[in-house]
Amino acid sequence: MSRTVTIDPVTRIEGHARITLELGDAGEVRDARFHLTQFRGFEKFCEGRPYREMPALTARTCGICPVSHILASNKACDHLLSVTIPPTAEKLRRVMNLAQLTQSHALSFFHLSSPDLLLGWDADPANRNVFGVMRQDPSLARDGIRLRQIGQTIIEMLGGKKIHPTWVVPGGVSEPLDTVKRDAILALLPEGLEIAKRTYAFYKTLVPRFVDEARHFGTRPTLFLSLVSPSGHLEHYDGVLRLKDANGRIVEDGVPAIDYARLIGEAAEDWSYMKFPYYKPLGYPGGIYRVGPLARLNNADTCGTPYADVALAEFRMLQERGPVASSFHYHYARLVEIIYAIEMMERLLKEPDILDARVRARARSNRDEGIGVAEAPRGTLMHHYRIDDNGLITWVNLIIATGHNNLAMNQSIRQVADAYVDGNRLQEGMLNRVEAVIRCYDPCLSCASHAFGEMPLEVELRDASGRVLDRLRRP
Amino acid sequence: MSGTNAPRITVATAWLDGCSGCHMSFLDIDERLLELVQKVDIVYSPLVDAKVLPEAVDVGILEGSVSSEDDLEKAREFRKHCRILVSLGDCAVNGNVPAMRNPFKLADVMDRSYRENVTVHPVIPVVGVPALLPTVRPVHGCVPVDVFVPGCPPGADAIWQVLCDLIDGRVPEPTKVTRFGA
Repeated sequence: MSRTVTIDPVTRIEGHARITLELGDAGEVRDARFHLTQFRGFEKFCEGRPYREMPALTARTCGICPVSHILASNKACDHLLSVTIPPTAEKLRRVMNLAQLTQSHALSFFHLSSPDLLLGWDADPANRNVFGVMRQDPSLARDGIRLRQIGQTIIEMLGGKKIHPTWVVPGGVSEPLDTVKRDAILALLPEGLEIAKRTYAFYKTLVPRFVDEARHFGTRPTLFLSLVSPSGHLEHYDGVLRLKDANGRIVEDGVPAIDYARLIGEAAEDWSYMKFPYYKPLGYPGGIYRVGPLARLNNADTCGTPYADVALAEFRMLQERGPVASSFHYHYARLVEIIYAIEMMERLLKEPDILDARVRARARSNRDEGIGVAEAPRGTLMHHYRIDDNGLITWVNLIIATGHNNLAMNQSIRQVADAYVDGNRLQEGMLNRVEAVIRCYDPCLSCASHAFGEMPLEVELRDASGRVLDRLRRP
Repeated sequence: MSGTNAPRITVATAWLDGCSGCHMSFLDIDERLLELVQKVDIVYSPLVDAKVLPEAVDVGILEGSVSSEDDLEKAREFRKHCRILVSLGDCAVNGNVPAMRNPFKLADVMDRSYRENVTVHPVIPVVGVPALLPTVRPVHGCVPVDVFVPGCPPGADAIWQVLCDLIDGRVPEPTKVTRFGA
């Protein structure tokens, strides 16, 4: 005799989802599922479009990380052109990617998750949001707004637009950087770094409060997948694929991104529009792995910038040995990465050739298949296209950062539900924790809904005959 | 916005089938957010935890087009409970990118994702997920809309202008501050 609890919609995440918890006779959790409720169909409707439209089209997969799609798509197009893009173009693309990492991580931390961390899991749901944070801690809220603004402004200065810029093109970027813009961007970075360091220092004081959450928010073993640079450094734009296991052993290393399909398979389930990627050698669903900030920091030997490397050393101390296992520490990893992104942008913008006018390789398509892989804020993003002789798309496969985490997110809500949900006496705060573990992953469901819904939350406990035993409604 | 005793304006927002870029562009009003929360209450939105749309809301803002039964239900619910309904962004205004699937059969679109592009366990999702509509429609293709704000996404300044007009009781003229594809 089982009962089902539905959390719908999951709020303060980027997209549409619901969670169902199946409860057994004693109120124990028997199954937990994270359902993505939107589907969009990019993989089909891009068919017949000229490949050069793909960056602008696939940017519309996501308004939060459009730059990631623009980069992965353009890299797939670079591959179709069979060109190596000019070094300055690569550096400029990297700057835009890091600017996006900054704004997206700021959004996740300040706008979406800080209400739980600052106001509490059990705080009044009517106030437990970024506007509540603005009332309670206006200086923190102001920092969040400003940090996100700095990231978005850099994207706009480079690309002409904050969301869905079109400056990155197959073969490079459409226009070189000029001194005025370079200096304007450089002038923003010191303030950004100050905010990032201040937030990081503040967050470190919060971490000890969440020992219990850190113990239950997705600590079960998984592999970790990310790009690393050929020398093993933290990498977000290019590099090679690395997989580590839960004990920190490197399972795969130096895998060229275009060989992704050797490592990653995809499965479907009839209860979610999000597919379930898995590590092929371990099969489905055993090949569970995580991507994103936590995986990247676990996989990288070093960040390669001064403050971020200090923060990385502190991150590693969150756990006695091995990779940091708890998905709760995605928040921590995100703050380390913001520091890294700002430091790295400064370094890139001070490179002597950053103003070079040669920023675009011109060619027509020279292959019929192109693969582009980059690290989006939420993890490894893969675009894979096939074209015909006229350069028209015949087939598309997209594996989205959030998709990689699907198995792990499902495993994590199960773990949190086991730890916090008492089926015999439901409380709003219990369910908010189940949602909060999802927020750790910062899922970008608009992305994942290339295959995302929303309805009132009403949680009901019913017995086998359908009789309502308990009911909870928000607000 | 008049004196401090005036009732606060309530705003609800939702995303239907879109990329959340319009909501991000709304957040791009940056420090003006602090000013906004002095004037309005965001009573329902992906950014807050309310799971039920209140009975009577002053301004409802919808991003995205209507692609699934959930979207349709949400659009109808917003129309029913919101005094002024705003279509925000090109997807809500004309279907935009989501409507690109309309020339294809829905079954073919689903097959590509869940049967062809999978390695194991091909299956079409049907459990606990809303059914997809055969044709993607703009919001006004389903319910009457009062204000159309085009753009992909509309810029933050344009969104701010429209919000200020609505808060101050003026009729907004979005086409003066944004355009399709902006």
